[in-house]
Amino acid sequence: MAISTELNGENLYARATRDALYAGVIAFGLFVLLIGMKTDQNIRNELIIIQRWGTLAIVVALVMIVRFAMVAWIRPFLARQKAVAAAAGVASSGAADRFFQLPYAIGTAVLAGLLLLPSVIETIGEATHPRVGAYFILLRAFLIVYVLAFLFYKFRAFIIRYFYPLAIILLILYPMICVTIFSIGWADGGLTWSLQKGLQQSLKWVDNFGIQVMIYVMLAWGLNIVVGLAGLLDLGYVAFYAVGAYSYALLGTEFGWSFWILLPAAGAMAALWGVLLGFPVLRLRGDYLAIVTLAFGEIIRLVLINWREVTNGSAGISGIPKVTFFGFFDFNVSSEFYISKVFPFLPQSGTYYKIFLFYLILALALLTAFVTIRLRQMPVGRAWEALREDEIACRSLGINTTNTKLTAFAIGAMFGGFAGSFFAARQGFVSPESFVFLESAIILAIVVLGGMGSLGGIAISALVMIGGTEILRQLDFLKDLFGQDFTPELYRMLLFGVAMVVVMLWKPRGFVGTREPTAFLFERKAISGSFTKEGHG
Amino acid sequence: MNTQPNAAAPILKVEHLSMKFGGLVAIGDLSFEAKRGEITALIGPNGAGKTTVFNCITGFYKPTEGMISKATGDGRVFLLERMSDHEITARAKVARTFQNIRLFSGMTVLENLLVAQHNKLMVASGFTVLGLLGLGGYAKASAEATELAKFWLDKTDLTQRADDPAGDLPYGAQRRLEIARAMCTGPDLLCLDEPAAGLNPRESAALNELLLDIKGNTGTSILLIEHDMSVVMQISDHVVVLEYGRKISDGNPAHVKNDPRVIAAYLGVDDEEVSGVLSEVGDEGVIEELDTGPDAQHGPSSSSSMMAGPISDTMEHGDRGEAVKVSRGASRADRVPSAPVPEEHRGKVAEEVAKTPQRQPEDRTKGTKPLPDDKNSGERE
Repeated sequence: MAISTELNGENLYARATRDALYAGVIAFGLFVLLIGMKTDQNIRNELIIIQRWGTLAIVVALVMIVRFAMVAWIRPFLARQKAVAAAAGVASSGAADRFFQLPYAIGTAVLAGLLLLPSVIETIGEATHPRVGAYFILLRAFLIVYVLAFLFYKFRAFIIRYFYPLAIILLILYPMICVTIFSIGWADGGLTWSLQKGLQQSLKWVDNFGIQVMIYVMLAWGLNIVVGLAGLLDLGYVAFYAVGAYSYALLGTEFGWSFWILLPAAGAMAALWGVLLGFPVLRLRGDYLAIVTLAFGEIIRLVLINWREVTNGSAGISGIPKVTFFGFFDFNVSSEFYISKVFPFLPQSGTYYKIFLFYLILALALLTAFVTIRLRQMPVGRAWEALREDEIACRSLGINTTNTKLTAFAIGAMFGGFAGSFFAARQGFVSPESFVFLESAIILAIVVLGGMGSLGGIAISALVMIGGTEILRQLDFLKDLFGQDFTPELYRMLLFGVAMVVVMLWKPRGFVGTREPTAFLFERKAISGSFTKEGHG
Repeated sequence: MNTQPNAAAPILKVEHLSMKFGGLVAIGDLSFEAKRGEITALIGPNGAGKTTVFNCITGFYKPTEGMISKATGDGRVFLLERMSDHEITARAKVARTFQNIRLFSGMTVLENLLVAQHNKLMVASGFTVLGLLGLGGYAKASAEATELAKFWLDKTDLTQRADDPAGDLPYGAQRRLEIARAMCTGPDLLCLDEPAAGLNPRESAALNELLLDIKGNTGTSILLIEHDMSVVMQISDHVVVLEYGRKISDGNPAHVKNDPRVIAAYLGVDDEEVSGVLSEVGDEGVIEELDTGPDAQHGPSSSSSMMAGPISDTMEHGDRGEAVKVSRGASRADRVPSAPVPEEHRGKVAEEVAKTPQRQPEDRTKGTKPLPDDKNSGERE
């Protein structure tokens, strides 16, 4: 208990004050230019500096308060908790147990339920100030997150055990849940049901959120074969995405072929390009391989920009045909097979197409996962992983490393091509702008953040990275804190970058750092990330 | 001793093998044979080019000159110097282990053994296509592969650790696993690069048993590089001695042990025996004269066997390998005639040896163990 006696009393607060002052000075130094000043153009188009001392003061004060609280209260509290646990002979890992307690959860749930009741927040807002109402919405969000986290924590054994089935069921139900939630309304003291309104409002959540995340899940799973399993660092993966997208866009608009024919064709085309890229880079390893693949990605993009006769240059290709439901019905309002005409009980809406696309990309992503899981248990998948571990040992065992690398490139590229043709069908428009290096970097970041080789970890990291940036658009409440001229969208990427750094510090091998063995004699034991290698290309 | 029908036939024939790295001659005109069903040992001081010979045989290096032919049981002959490394294992059935262990450390012990059966399983899975669709006999082949893996796990006493990552095994177990993995490729000839390095005497004895078991029960012939003379002398049927990339002796262990050229190269005998033989050959001064001694800065680190240098990475040298420049007079074995010297000539030989001007070999960085009485060898010359 040496810590608590030393830090008790006046001494502790003096120290906390000193630490807070230091933290304040450091924060001031860091943020004086980042936040305190802003360059802008005035009405005469001159560059001026806007000084934002108020915002800077708030940020510095926040840092100092948090630091003070950390030293003065939180650390001693944690130390006391540890001491209590040690005295009681309980393992000191119970911090989460103490945080998630049933009474807290019930209280939180009740409070959240109260706030969820219609017109409660409006009443509070009217009684005080609209801004207070906004804070209650934020509070409600935190309460709901706590309850969900509590449920996850309590049932973690079950959830982890049945993670994949649960996730797939949730994904299948996702569009229906969205539509149902938004269909329910509250008017004149009674519940109302409006499918039209539900479809309208769920569009954003199905399309911008659901489909967007699933595309990246699929791309990351495809890249995972090359980077995570075979250990070949590929910085130009977006090239195969582009090949797939342009294959569908060109063949679809020129010849009017159906998506269902062009999907495999786009995959095959991308796989071919994967092999073509694979051949020259077979002899390269590590950083050198990364640079060449990066160059390959740029070459494809530049060809798309400059080969105007075929690709229409930077203007892109528009009017790409929509996907039909295997020809039974389609999603063109003018067509005689429009879904509302085939099924007369359905109201007219553009959301059906998005919901259909959601299921399509879900099916494609699950196909990727299925193939990856099967391949890992087959000799070629094991050879990929062995290649990542030690290429020379592979050759000494009679494995043709050339073929093994090429299959990894080809199969990874094929899934990129599938995703690309889906992307073209979803957007109805492709241009080289969609296939810049940043896309490759994001896909690679998803793979690394998720844990190389782990499908579940990669799916979670795609949700966090792509879904997270979408959610971060909803940061309007920060305007109350930092003033009306504060634009939270601009800080989206900053917050996002900070979050990535924090995650990589907390879990250096990604969310799922362990490796699942592909075969076992007695029991399946996850392999710690300290034994697996990242590959040298 | 040999129950194989064609036991006397050579399984591996190395003829006039030379390996040069730029101007460095790592192996010069080396010829030897390994017989089917036998354990052939390749010994020599550090830097003698043993691992380079291995890398040539297993295709990791392309020899500058010479022919390496490997005969299969049914009379076919593969010319190894023309094949690429993975073909040598897959078609010519030569498996190898590495001086610095190269396991797939992030995969389980069982997976390591399954990876070794890659080619067999590839065919069984219809080159992945049929296996992916669940057609064909992949499930059966997979079960058989697991059975073979279990057999070798049992032999190498690793069954209990089958589901642990290979990187988590203790050193001795990793050495055994590497041998088991090589055996899972179904080899005709097993090349072991210092299998006993870093093993304690008990593990070393277990290794001897394992190797004799492989030789006796699987029909696999063994070629091994070893510094641990207890292993070499006990189990090998045939010993080839290299020094500076050249063969200095060839024969059964007893013959090699008594070959004065080998003795002069300070191999295979105790220090006392060396001094004994040399004092028999000449006077005490010869010992001091003959011993060029190690370079003080690059001398061998202490290790379990008297000749084992640090277990360095032999593969990553790339273009250099264990390259040694052979300067005239560097070889101490050359100063002794190859045939056992008749009693009456011994004095004369010693005289000649004594007259040979001593020269410090320029590239001899690793050196050999100094004689006990040789305290100031580093300063000499």
